[in-house]
Amino acid sequence: MTDDKDVLRDVWFGRIPTCFTLYQDEITEREAEPYYLLLPRVSYLTLVTDKVKKHFQKVMRQEDISEIWFEYEGTPLKWHYPIGLLFDLLASSSALPWNITVHFKSFPEKDLLHCPSKDAIEAHFMSCVKEADALKHKSQVINEMQKKDHKQLWMGLQNDGEKKNQVMIHGIEPMLETPLQWLSEHLSYPDNFLHISIIPQPTD
Amino acid sequence: MPNSALWAVDLFGKVHTLSTAGQYWELCKDSQLEFKRVSAATQCCWGIACDNQVYVYVCASDVPIRRREEAYENQRWNPVGGFCEKLLPSDRWQWSDVSGLQHRPLDGVALPSPHWVWESDWYVDENFGGEPTEKGGWTYAIDFPATYTRDKKWNSCVRRRRWIRYRRYESRDAWAKIPSKDDPEQLPDPFNDLSVGGWEITDEPVGRLSVWAVSLQGKVWYREDVSHPNPEGSSWSLMDTPGEAVQISCGPHDLLWVTLWEGQALVREGINRNNPKGSSWSIVEPPTSENGIMHVSVGVSVVWAITKDRKVWFRRGINSHNPCGTSWIEMVGEMTMVNVGLNDQVWGIGCEDRAIYFRQGVTQSELSGKTWKAIVASRECDRSHSGSSSSLLSQACPRQRVFLPRRGHGPSDTDASSEAERPGPDRPGPAESGDSPGKPRDSLAPGSGTGRTTEPGEEEVAGPAIQTPGLEPCPGPASTLAELPWTNIDLKEPRRAPSHLAAGFPETTGLSSLGLLPLGLEEPYGADDHPLWAWVSGGDCAVEAHTVLKWFTVQSGLSPSMQTLSLSITPAQTAAWRKQIFQQLTERTKRELENFRHYEQAVEQSVWVKTGALQWWCDWKPHKWVDVRVALEQFTGLDGARDSILFIYYVVHEEKKVRGGSREKGTQGTGTQAPQVLAAQPSEDWGLNPLALLNLSCCESRRVHGRPSPQAIWSITCKGDIFVSEPSPNLEAPEHVLPCPQMFWRQMGGHLRVVEANGQGVVWGIGYDHTAWVYTGGGGCFQGLASSTSNIYTQSDVKCVYIYENQRWNPVTGKGLPTDRYMWSDASGLQERTKASTEPPSLQWSWVSSGPGPGPGPGSYHGYKTMKDFVRRRCWARKCKLVTSGPWLEVAPLALADVSIIPESPGANRSGHSIALWAISDKGDVLCRLGVSELNPAVSTLPHLPALGPFWGFWRILRKIELWTKVRLGSVSQLHPESDLALAAGDCWYHIPSPPKQRLKQVSVGQTSVYALDENGNLWYRQGVTPSYPQGSSWEHVSNNVRQVSVGPLDQVWVIANKVQGSHSLSRGTVCHRTGVQPREPKGKAGLGLRGHTGGWDHISVRANATRALRGRSQERAAECSGERGLPGAPSGVAGVPQEAPGLVRC
Repeated sequence: MTDDKDVLRDVWFGRIPTCFTLYQDEITEREAEPYYLLLPRVSYLTLVTDKVKKHFQKVMRQEDISEIWFEYEGTPLKWHYPIGLLFDLLASSSALPWNITVHFKSFPEKDLLHCPSKDAIEAHFMSCVKEADALKHKSQVINEMQKKDHKQLWMGLQNDGEKKNQVMIHGIEPMLETPLQWLSEHLSYPDNFLHISIIPQPTD
Repeated sequence: MPNSALWAVDLFGKVHTLSTAGQYWELCKDSQLEFKRVSAATQCCWGIACDNQVYVYVCASDVPIRRREEAYENQRWNPVGGFCEKLLPSDRWQWSDVSGLQHRPLDGVALPSPHWVWESDWYVDENFGGEPTEKGGWTYAIDFPATYTRDKKWNSCVRRRRWIRYRRYESRDAWAKIPSKDDPEQLPDPFNDLSVGGWEITDEPVGRLSVWAVSLQGKVWYREDVSHPNPEGSSWSLMDTPGEAVQISCGPHDLLWVTLWEGQALVREGINRNNPKGSSWSIVEPPTSENGIMHVSVGVSVVWAITKDRKVWFRRGINSHNPCGTSWIEMVGEMTMVNVGLNDQVWGIGCEDRAIYFRQGVTQSELSGKTWKAIVASRECDRSHSGSSSSLLSQACPRQRVFLPRRGHGPSDTDASSEAERPGPDRPGPAESGDSPGKPRDSLAPGSGTGRTTEPGEEEVAGPAIQTPGLEPCPGPASTLAELPWTNIDLKEPRRAPSHLAAGFPETTGLSSLGLLPLGLEEPYGADDHPLWAWVSGGDCAVEAHTVLKWFTVQSGLSPSMQTLSLSITPAQTAAWRKQIFQQLTERTKRELENFRHYEQAVEQSVWVKTGALQWWCDWKPHKWVDVRVALEQFTGLDGARDSILFIYYVVHEEKKVRGGSREKGTQGTGTQAPQVLAAQPSEDWGLNPLALLNLSCCESRRVHGRPSPQAIWSITCKGDIFVSEPSPNLEAPEHVLPCPQMFWRQMGGHLRVVEANGQGVVWGIGYDHTAWVYTGGGGCFQGLASSTSNIYTQSDVKCVYIYENQRWNPVTGKGLPTDRYMWSDASGLQERTKASTEPPSLQWSWVSSGPGPGPGPGSYHGYKTMKDFVRRRCWARKCKLVTSGPWLEVAPLALADVSIIPESPGANRSGHSIALWAISDKGDVLCRLGVSELNPAVSTLPHLPALGPFWGFWRILRKIELWTKVRLGSVSQLHPESDLALAAGDCWYHIPSPPKQRLKQVSVGQTSVYALDENGNLWYRQGVTPSYPQGSSWEHVSNNVRQVSVGPLDQVWVIANKVQGSHSLSRGTVCHRTGVQPREPKGKAGLGLRGHTGGWDHISVRANATRALRGRSQERAAECSGERGLPGAPSGVAGVPQEAPGLVRC
């Protein structure tokens, strides 16, 4: 009999092998080697990329460095989402490691929030926790959700009109009859949200 | 106990059982009879068959039920012919009972019923008080009502001897009719209801039950003398009642409720261990005056009732002081009956669908539970001829299909007249039922005019007998079930169900009706019918709050969309989605980490830190347990391997210090430091058991996991925790004594009192409650911390906690003066223990019985009063239960006192060697199981030995056996507590006298040496044992203060010793290893060469370790620890002995 708590261990110790490469247009003094790292799924990009920053800054001139941001296949990566969520959402079908491009220029103001310091991450994280707490303990949302709503939610996740969706949490695809309550208890991110990635599947 | 079962009777009167581990209803093995009612208890079930006679079904077991009959032959000395049969006219009968008052000729002793057989003929008991008489069993006295002695004296005028004959109960796994040989005047009229309970009232005699019955005339009867050794009881006694009873329910403890015709309930008061029949009745009024009580069921501290309007009620305020409770609470649901089983769990039969419902969420704190949940398990017989999706669907939504038979002896069989009309068991059921549909239901109601006529709801049900065409059962030959005419009352359903179902599954409502109609057309409903039930009994059904039951799930084979139907009734533990999540997470970890371990961690290390408070045995002044703060830091290294450091924050001379210890790759991180002994109380922040976590992290850093090797040494602590240690190759090397504290013990899950292994992977254990367990091979540790999670099962154990009430004799009042001890104390009298404040041994234990009751006899105090006795005390006992998990499976049904497995003899041919396992049942029967192996460690049958001759009488209280392996296979040595040791070679048993004035309690046999332990803790070595003369010649004293001994196949001797000199104090329960055991010196060094663990151990088995040390220098090193000293003989008493740690861990 496996215990449900074992899930927490897997959730907390999940790591994604990642290859960081500097964007080709960034000006460097010498060639920048790619940087390989195991990113914790439950953490945030800007929280765990100090090493990446240092690595690439070594080959760049000081004046070319502004705020670091990351991008995967053209999509800027929102640092305020957990890493695991970003990966599931954008790259779960591609081969490992996850190839992330590092930028130091042209910050996409429209897409990303600025992350001036670690305090900003903490503030954001805390507000998530509070929001989750408010939702949970005022209990309005979940309690008002009837079983049918749960089911509809799930069914809706699976089929979005004609298209077929892939539903992913923490890199796995739970069966649709998994109780939401269980998922919420065991597969929530540290911000207390159960982030579910819904990936539209290409129709044949 | 996992092998318990729910008993139920279907509408056809067939008895079924549903195992708590199973998924299908199984037809009772003896299915000849049809039954009205059953009432189950552990190992047996009582029932009323349709002939209104009472039957008992005793489950088969390896342990026979046997009783001894005795008769005494009396003779008087005559100057002419010596002792002769001629007695004086004033003397007793020549053949009499023990008192001499009753005439008892041998051929006049008859079997009580046809269910017994004689095991052997009468024979003379050659033993007297445990000693052989060698004179034909005669004992002598001056005159008859006197004390008899073994030896004939000059003034011995009379003599007598005892004749013995055994009878055995044969009707196992069969319904045995309770004989009614009572006086015809007193003969009970046909029975109407029956209830079995009372097993918690007292343990003496073993398996005692209270069996209560109600006859059709409304009288209440009590069956006398029902116990495990006497399963049928002896006779019925009539109990006076203030009214006519219709139904009765007897709880496991002191609750007994009866329903009256008038609708009130009668409550029996004054039931206790001395008076299980109780003393008086009091009346409880029904919840509402218009609807009287129809049915009650009681547990340990709950009462449930059904009123005539089918409503379910829960009685508030029931406890051992107030069996009547205070008020009724109405519960949801309409039931025809409810039954309270073990642990106060509740089952009911739905009023309309006749499905069995289980009350979910019943816990000690919430006895009324949460919801009713339908049991959807199908019958095995149905499964065999109907596996189609229609049947599966019908189980998935049992509420969708509601039938009531037009005729049946269901819940309304309280109607006496209809039952009485019914013909006997030979009634051709289906044929007769064929003509019954026209018979209106009302006619079945009793004409007794007691208000128990038609219920309004029933009429309504029976009225609209509308039959959906598609559901019309096909009366064809498809199955016998189809022959019974059904009335589909599905019309009632829409009033209640739609709100529920439609809301729950909006998109499946169409599907449900689909399931009702078109599928019904495909196949006649009779075949796939879900069982319709008439009666249920949970008296043998052990369900804990967290027990995982497979009763509520539908078997696979459904399409995913159909599976969602059962979403709400799928327990989380067994669900497919759960398995898939675990599987996917494992795959994910593999996929994302396997090939990338060389990548750098984004964050340098992952660290878990747990902090908490433990106690630490302070090995310097003041030498006591000291509270310390600890932090366990677990970090994952770059290679993904985990390591841990344990920091202990402590204070020495008011100076704060910290000590850290880590173990990397099995090396001792703490270096030469003294081993730390830590104790802990379970606390929330460390999970259930902090020491388990510590132990697990030690295992992890030592890379110890999985199944222990067959040679492993097993041991058990005083708390019942199981530890196992891998013996190093030179553990037994004489010149290389490994100090015991350096052995690494890892904990296995579970809870045992005795564990024995044999070196070939067979490991058996016995719990405190005598349950036998067999090791499954799981390497797992604990639930939640499990490193390996396979082969881990739920395990439970029961033990008694005793407290003592002390009184001093007061010359004025005769009693009541307080003593110098506490009024309420523990066994030693030194610690205060009151009834209210005594807690279960730890958080893992919970009370079973509601309050302490007077316990068994008073220890070393004697049970009678003499002139010199000025203080008295009595023992109060309360049962508590522990539920845990571990790699153990129950060997059922078997209650053992001891077990021994023939160890692997060094050099023996392993192939084709069938291992023999010997055991003593809790009643003293000697059992043997041949052919156990690692793959099949618990072969199915454990035949008890054939009649073993005149020693049998002693074996009833045998406590310890082990095998004398030098004698050929099949031999056993054993002893009985009356001071003799018996050894058998083949069929022959030898009597071996015990050491003078000592009573042996345990023996352990190695390859060539035999050790025995007496009740005073003396260890004895048997001298002169040779293969040709296995009896040996004499006992030689080796040591005192020994609690338990285990002699291994290399003749190595390990003991659990008391009062071992630690560095500063004496400790109890120390594992000691005798040094210097050599082929030429099988006793080991003079005195005791012992290296000890610190205390807290209770049992050890080294019988699996046949790993011979590599031959090194054969130079003998004197034992360092004790040398010539031996164990110090400290004065008895426990003062000064440190409190046994609540738990110990050795890192």
